[in-house]
Amino acid sequence: MFGLGKHDLKILIIVAILALLAPFILNPFPADSAMAQFNAGYPDLMQRFAIYGIFAIGFNILFGLTGYLSFGHAAFLGVGSYAAVWMFKLLSMNVLPAILLSVIVAGLFALLIGFISLRRSGIYFSILTLAFAQMSFNLAYSVLTPLTNGETGLQVYNDDPQILMGPNSSTVTNLFGLEMRSTYTLHIGSWNFDFAVGYYLCALIMLAMFYLSIRIFRSPFGMMLRAVKSNQTRMNYTGLNARPYTLAAFVISGMYAGLAGGLLASMDPLAGAERMQWTASGEVVLMTILGGAGTLIGPVLGSGFIKYFENIFSKINENVLHEWFSFLPQGLENIMVWMVSPFVGSGWHLTLGMLFMLIVIFLPGGLVQGGQKIMHLFRRDRPEDDKPGAARQSTPAE
Amino acid sequence: MGILEVRNVNKRFGGLQALGDVNLSIEENSVHAIIGPNGAGKSTLLNVLIGKLIPDTGSVMFDSQSVLGRKPFEICQMGISRVFQTPEIFGDLTVLENMMIPIFAKRDGAFRMHALESTAHEAGIIEQAEAMLESLNMADQRHDHSAAMSRGNKRRLEIGMCLAQNPRLLLLDEPTAGMARADTNNTIDLLKQINDERDITIAIIEHDMHVVFSLAERITVLAQGSPLVEGTPDYIKGHPKVREAYLGESAVGETA
Repeated sequence: MFGLGKHDLKILIIVAILALLAPFILNPFPADSAMAQFNAGYPDLMQRFAIYGIFAIGFNILFGLTGYLSFGHAAFLGVGSYAAVWMFKLLSMNVLPAILLSVIVAGLFALLIGFISLRRSGIYFSILTLAFAQMSFNLAYSVLTPLTNGETGLQVYNDDPQILMGPNSSTVTNLFGLEMRSTYTLHIGSWNFDFAVGYYLCALIMLAMFYLSIRIFRSPFGMMLRAVKSNQTRMNYTGLNARPYTLAAFVISGMYAGLAGGLLASMDPLAGAERMQWTASGEVVLMTILGGAGTLIGPVLGSGFIKYFENIFSKINENVLHEWFSFLPQGLENIMVWMVSPFVGSGWHLTLGMLFMLIVIFLPGGLVQGGQKIMHLFRRDRPEDDKPGAARQSTPAE
Repeated sequence: MGILEVRNVNKRFGGLQALGDVNLSIEENSVHAIIGPNGAGKSTLLNVLIGKLIPDTGSVMFDSQSVLGRKPFEICQMGISRVFQTPEIFGDLTVLENMMIPIFAKRDGAFRMHALESTAHEAGIIEQAEAMLESLNMADQRHDHSAAMSRGNKRRLEIGMCLAQNPRLLLLDEPTAGMARADTNNTIDLLKQINDERDITIAIIEHDMHVVFSLAERITVLAQGSPLVEGTPDYIKGHPKVREAYLGESAVGETA
């Protein structure tokens, strides 16, 4: 079905179930319980899961397949956001033209940067992309203020032209009148489940992009990209021109990043230069490696993992810790809080960093490899199952 | 006129004359070996033939078209395939995928944006690749990771990948270097079989005299950057200049 093999279809269905039922899956704890702060099922965060998932899926097409490590992909995310906000300023608050333009602009921008950066490979390529991204960041921050509104960030004002706006048009981002922020909350017992239009738009686009990435992975084009990563010498002497292949991969992944940027702006019509900063570029590298570079589902897992940490662990402050450890004697409680507090709240980076190190050292294939190892443990009881697994060993896995 | 014509090629690296006035003609459908002691300029000559180095003077014509200044992929698309001293294959891919890539390249050219087609639906390409693997006796390994194979098998696969494109000229750079005797003999047999079955010209640069004399129909001896003599294997074996410059006493003993 959908032109996919059985195995790929299974992965697509799993991701679809996860994405569509996310409001339930991410809200396992009742709203009034102490564990409620671990709930991630609110629209704002779920949107970010889906959007950064798109960003990482696109990055994986470049990095996972060709092995070219771009350190400047946030530039495309930022450009996409700016393009989207400009559409809101000039046309109307409909997200469709905004998303389309963000993809096109990011694609053109990626074509330019890729054309220059892909003259080099390895570390030199990474440095070139990093330099371009930092240049874009600084341009957006200062020189291009008329276009980007500099430090303040680009936003929609009342005196903007908005030529397509009728008298009754919505003044918040919408899709043909369907407002992104409108949410239906389902109350079951003490559980609250939020279904937001914005989240479902992001999730459906993410699913479409995930499907597209599976198709690319399984296409002859995807095979050529893996050939680029594997052996460029043999590729050249096989009569293949590696440059347009890598450039196409670069532009496709740039367009994914632009789409993510456009969606960010569609959920919240703001665009700031900090979206282009090198830390944002580094984040998508972390997401991809953490989940498993070159695997299909890895980037989705990695981005979810990192965004969860960023938003949930960073909310745990000392008061919360004191509550947790209140069952302990006073002295012990203080010691425990003192020990744990550097790892939560504003110190969530420390936890993330340690987990990242552990995963890179013990599971170089990322979370996907971890999952495969667990599956393997279960399968060991049934030796007949080993054979199809062995035959598949070198196809880029789930 | 030969399929590959090298005329008056000179190449200098600083003070070193790497190639001096090289004239060489490789006849179509022959097996032509280029031999010579270390530093004779064999590798430089090979790099000139595949466009990697541009000579200071002279011309290299393949089928009356100049190869100079062309990119490796263009030269390959002209019909020249190259086998490397250390086998160059796609180590991260399976054996079957390795074989499919050159067939795609032959069909679709240097670049094609086939991102939405499915590899699994390319029945024609898969069939051709499997037939090629069958003829190399590698069909059982088609789902293996190619990096995990023995050197002899990697070489076999690499030669097969070149042949899958039906090249007119196959260039081999010391194809048996670093191989066990059995693998060397297998490679010789494979090359003999290729030469018998196909209309193909094979140019081989080789150190191992066993390989050269079992395969070559014509031999050029290179010494200090220039062709010393050229002729049939018997002629080369018996030639006093060659014996003196290269083959040494063992060859004298063999022919006696």
